[in-house]
Amino acid sequence: MLLCEECRKRPAAVHITKIVNNVKTEMHLCQECAQTKGELNMSFEPSLTFENFLKGMLQQAQALSQGPAVGIRPQRCPNCGHAYGQFKESGRLGCSECYEEFKGEIVPLVRRIQGSVGHTGKAPGISSAAAGYRQQIEELREQQRKAIIEEKYEEAAKLRDKIRALEKSLREAEKQEGR
Amino acid sequence: MSLQDAVNKILSQWMKGAGPEDDIVIGSRIRLARNIARIPFPAAANDQQAAHVNELVRSVVESNAAFDLDYLSLVDMPKLERELLVEKHLISPQQAKDVKHKAVALSRDELMSIMVNEEDHLRIQSIYPGFQLQSAWEQCDQADDVFGEKLEYAFSTDLGYLTACPTNVGTGMRASVMLHLPALAMTKQMPRLIPAVNKLGMAVRGLYGEGTESVGDIYQISNQVTLGHSEKEIIQHLATVARQVIDQEREAREQLLKLGKAQLEDRCYRALGVLTQARLISSQEAMQLASLVWLGVDLGLIKELDARLPKSLVVLIRPAHLQKLIGRNMDAGERDVYRASLIREYLQSCQ
Repeated sequence: MLLCEECRKRPAAVHITKIVNNVKTEMHLCQECAQTKGELNMSFEPSLTFENFLKGMLQQAQALSQGPAVGIRPQRCPNCGHAYGQFKESGRLGCSECYEEFKGEIVPLVRRIQGSVGHTGKAPGISSAAAGYRQQIEELREQQRKAIIEEKYEEAAKLRDKIRALEKSLREAEKQEGR
Repeated sequence: MSLQDAVNKILSQWMKGAGPEDDIVIGSRIRLARNIARIPFPAAANDQQAAHVNELVRSVVESNAAFDLDYLSLVDMPKLERELLVEKHLISPQQAKDVKHKAVALSRDELMSIMVNEEDHLRIQSIYPGFQLQSAWEQCDQADDVFGEKLEYAFSTDLGYLTACPTNVGTGMRASVMLHLPALAMTKQMPRLIPAVNKLGMAVRGLYGEGTESVGDIYQISNQVTLGHSEKEIIQHLATVARQVIDQEREAREQLLKLGKAQLEDRCYRALGVLTQARLISSQEAMQLASLVWLGVDLGLIKELDARLPKSLVVLIRPAHLQKLIGRNMDAGERDVYRASLIREYLQSCQ
């Protein structure tokens, strides 16, 4: 059994690999020693947060692109004055208009972190009931397409009827909400 | 006032209330991030803009009969009270710092809290005891509808609700469940479980502590992706994943009972022994021991304690709760002494 490098008494339970300036060092410590050496962080604030990751991704994207971006790109949001550089630093945008202003950079980034760029949830003024109908209709349409490809026409017809019923409910829900 | 009454008064509803599966699921939380169109997000807003948002939200909260919320300005709130709200998870640690123009609208039962000028203009949060994601969602959804009527939300058809950080765009929703997983931790299954849950698109972190180890074996599972799925889908998916983790925890508990009941009983009672006898105890140690006692009570190994008790203990021993119960500010060393005596007194009063 591998013993802790510090106390040489207890078995090593924490294995730390550090790479500093391309030099790799390894440490094998027991729980107790790792904690006293500060290698086990017991603080209440997580340091490896999603936001820090995002910052890393942004800086990496910049390093990968060859030199400064080509073409004319607005440097500052006209609504709030936030610069794109500030976003790269902090991972935070300045205001809702920044999304439009820096669209070219933000949309691909959002696609990478979120996996898609199509919002299907709730929208202002549209209750989740209407959003729910819309979702169901989408799902049934997909099933209907599949059924048609597989030449299951009877099933496709049933799905079509279901979709029609849901569309009616959706229209009613929207009417109730004054849309 | 007896200690029991004082404890009852200080504990938030979601910590002491009953809910489905509350032997493992401590609480369920939904949080929606919302912003007002064109007004800079809090971190980028100037004084005047931040004050304007604060006033806008205040007027919606105070003029709407549907809300039974107290609008509390954080500038006017003593530091200890703010820290208490952080420990109750009603405001974020970030919200308790740099409090200028920040506020929280809080329901009397503390199930709903709305943070104003946190990272986003609005963070609408609902937190329920036990496994009740749906109830928490419904409450948030309704409050969100009220604000959506009065305020012009920042929204785009493709990207959904626009937030200060792109990791929250779309639904703007973070759904999470807090789970007590002592048996999975004891059987060293967490390092295996966490990547599996991650693969399903959910983040797992220790509620206190760091990484795969968690002080007190309390873990939080939440959705990572906020865009491209409806709120309902995200909640259902989280519930399915959480359900599997709960089942695994139950299985691990059964295994522990089957393979080493005497050892387990011994560990739980030793933890209770230390808690009832210690004269000086850190919150970290107290939490680890309370977690074991909690497990012992849940499994019927420790019969002399009420099931709710160790669960509330995990919260009571935290610095702000402790200082509030004792009634004054204390440094860390002093807290360790008072913590030990509070635990002794509390456990005695409940036997």
